[in-house]
Amino acid sequence: MTTAVSPALTDAVTRSFARRTRWTFAIPAAIIAYLAYAAISFDLAGLAQRARFDNAAILLGDFWSYKTHVTRDNRTGRLEVAIEGETKGTYPNGMLPDWVTTSGTTTTIDLGAGNVVTYDDAGARFVVPGYGTIDIRPVDGKPVLTAPAPIPDWISVDENKVSVTTDAGRFSYARSKVETFRYQPGWELWFFTLDSPFYGKSWGQLLALATTGDRIDPARSNLGYMVSEFWTNKMWRHGDVVWAIFETVLMAFLGTMTAALVALPLGFLAARNFMPLGIFRAAVRRIFDFLRGVDGLIWTIILSRAFGPGPMTGAIAIAITDTGSFGKMFSEALENIDEKQVEGVKSTGANSLQRARFGVIPQIMPVLLAQVLYYLESNTRSATVIGAIVGGGIGLLLTQAIITQKDWEEVAYYMVLIVLMVMLMDSLSGWLRRKLIKGG
Amino acid sequence: MVDVAFGPEQGQRPDLSNTREAYLDMVRRKRMYGGILLVLFVSLMASGWWLADRRNAGGFWDGLPQTLDFPAEVLSEAWTNRANLPGLLWKYVPALIETLNIAAVATLLGALAAMALSLLATRGLARWPRLIPVFRRSMDALRAIPEIVIALVLIYVLGGGPVPAVIAIALHTGGALGKLFSEVAENADLKPIEGLASVGANWSQRMWLGVIPQVAPNWLSYGLLRFEINVRASAILGFVGEGGIGYDLKLAMQWGQGRYDEVVAIFLLLFLTIVLIDRVSDHYRHKLVKGAML
Repeated sequence: MTTAVSPALTDAVTRSFARRTRWTFAIPAAIIAYLAYAAISFDLAGLAQRARFDNAAILLGDFWSYKTHVTRDNRTGRLEVAIEGETKGTYPNGMLPDWVTTSGTTTTIDLGAGNVVTYDDAGARFVVPGYGTIDIRPVDGKPVLTAPAPIPDWISVDENKVSVTTDAGRFSYARSKVETFRYQPGWELWFFTLDSPFYGKSWGQLLALATTGDRIDPARSNLGYMVSEFWTNKMWRHGDVVWAIFETVLMAFLGTMTAALVALPLGFLAARNFMPLGIFRAAVRRIFDFLRGVDGLIWTIILSRAFGPGPMTGAIAIAITDTGSFGKMFSEALENIDEKQVEGVKSTGANSLQRARFGVIPQIMPVLLAQVLYYLESNTRSATVIGAIVGGGIGLLLTQAIITQKDWEEVAYYMVLIVLMVMLMDSLSGWLRRKLIKGG
Repeated sequence: MVDVAFGPEQGQRPDLSNTREAYLDMVRRKRMYGGILLVLFVSLMASGWWLADRRNAGGFWDGLPQTLDFPAEVLSEAWTNRANLPGLLWKYVPALIETLNIAAVATLLGALAAMALSLLATRGLARWPRLIPVFRRSMDALRAIPEIVIALVLIYVLGGGPVPAVIAIALHTGGALGKLFSEVAENADLKPIEGLASVGANWSQRMWLGVIPQVAPNWLSYGLLRFEINVRASAILGFVGEGGIGYDLKLAMQWGQGRYDEVVAIFLLLFLTIVLIDRVSDHYRHKLVKGAML
């Protein structure tokens, strides 16, 4: 295979190879250089110092567990047991979790695995297995610690406060109060709050109550009572959450569908084969560009000034932005239709409206539906963000829960719900798309 | 051939002894279904708007005349201070660049992740065919989580600044682009890959030399489209969280009267940038996809 190759061709091939080699190295190098510039401009080094990984630990812990505060006021001697330390989760008088016992002024808290905390008149004691007894007594109002030396680093001693952190729980003794936190897995009070008569009952007991048990509230059936207790759960607010999700989906649905309905006739005006007047066509197109270019964010801000917060504001904002996107897509689809069908309909004496209805719409319907359904799904996500700005729907609940910076179990709950909602809308729109387009 | 005309319903065949009657019957049924769907849709829309209106803080008809009040107020104030405008535009360029950087870095990182994920999740190309469902589901999950959720949680952990926004957008982009990339890769010609396999190329070499050159134009086109979407997302995340021009917009809006000229400057910058990117990416995407077809 030694045919003579013209030197010009060899040169050309070699040059082309060299160019390609240069490109293969130049592109990754450019990307890496850009990322390096971005890392510097985003101050990645500073970020590592600012990052609060203890916050991440709190957050992850709250995702799967809850803590119960057992607090004694050192001045009045009053004992309070509250889930997450919230008023909504405070045990009512005379009711305590089974790991807290009181007799007179002595309170015993069993943290499990031999860890026992005792509050009494003399002060407080924490028995840690494998270490010994941590004994704290107030002297002139200040806590004084007696514990086996050397004091390990999980006990921190301050002038006014002694705190102990163990795997079984956290304990802190300050001048005004002594507190013990116990961590347990799960989302407590998810079904019923402590003041509900159904709290702490097993599934079997609940079933028995719902079907055969005597009425707790003579005015209504036990099942109805149960549902209303669940729906109005003060801790998790299931009723509000369901409404919020519904509002978010409503925003997406109304916005998308309204945009499609408005954009369809406007799309005809912007298509070359339906609108011969060039100036008019260009004007409609510029309107589409404007609607799309002024971002959803800006529309949301402007509209929430006029209509106030709520789902309608969000729906209108989505509708306006998407009218621009749909208008552009529909007019492009209209320009690509097959004219023969329209001519066929025209030959039967159809007027322009009938030509559009029977000659054009059936052709663009699949494209149109596919786009609308795709946007419906993606707008469910946008509606979450818009909700956070205009104040409506699950986005608002989520941002509120995050801003308080302590209800992380609720944040986790909302996140799960949002992901489920989006996935559900995704499969719903996919299913409808297959059904309508293949079947049609 | 007749059966085909009457659709996929196998069991239910019209009585063809009287074609006219059968045809009219079919038309009537079709119209009835269409009518029911239309009534359903209209009532859904009407009740939906009614409900949304009722749950809104301000009503639609009360608000409608006021829609132009705020833009008018903002514009009139900006007009009286119009001499400031060029200076303000210049002042916000760094913030705009930060927003664009957030979008660009997130798109790059997301696209790199999407490349790997999509190849691993495509039938016929996957490195471990048994794990295809795992990669697909993980892309679904990445797509499903809205950026704002990740961003807000990361702001709590990492503190403010652009990084939480980058991570949030990149994760979402990875999922969204991964799906599109995988659809493109599914249609790739397998012959070059077989050729490479026959000379002993390993999986990454087969992908790099056999698949990527085929799909690159379409992938790039999707990447550009995503960049456009991500610029908007990064502006919105700035408004809700921190960083970039969105954050400056929020500050100016909260200040209210007296800084409306800044609001207008930011609006203008955002608008012009989005339109410009839209145009440029549209142009190149047309070129890329057309080039791929030749």
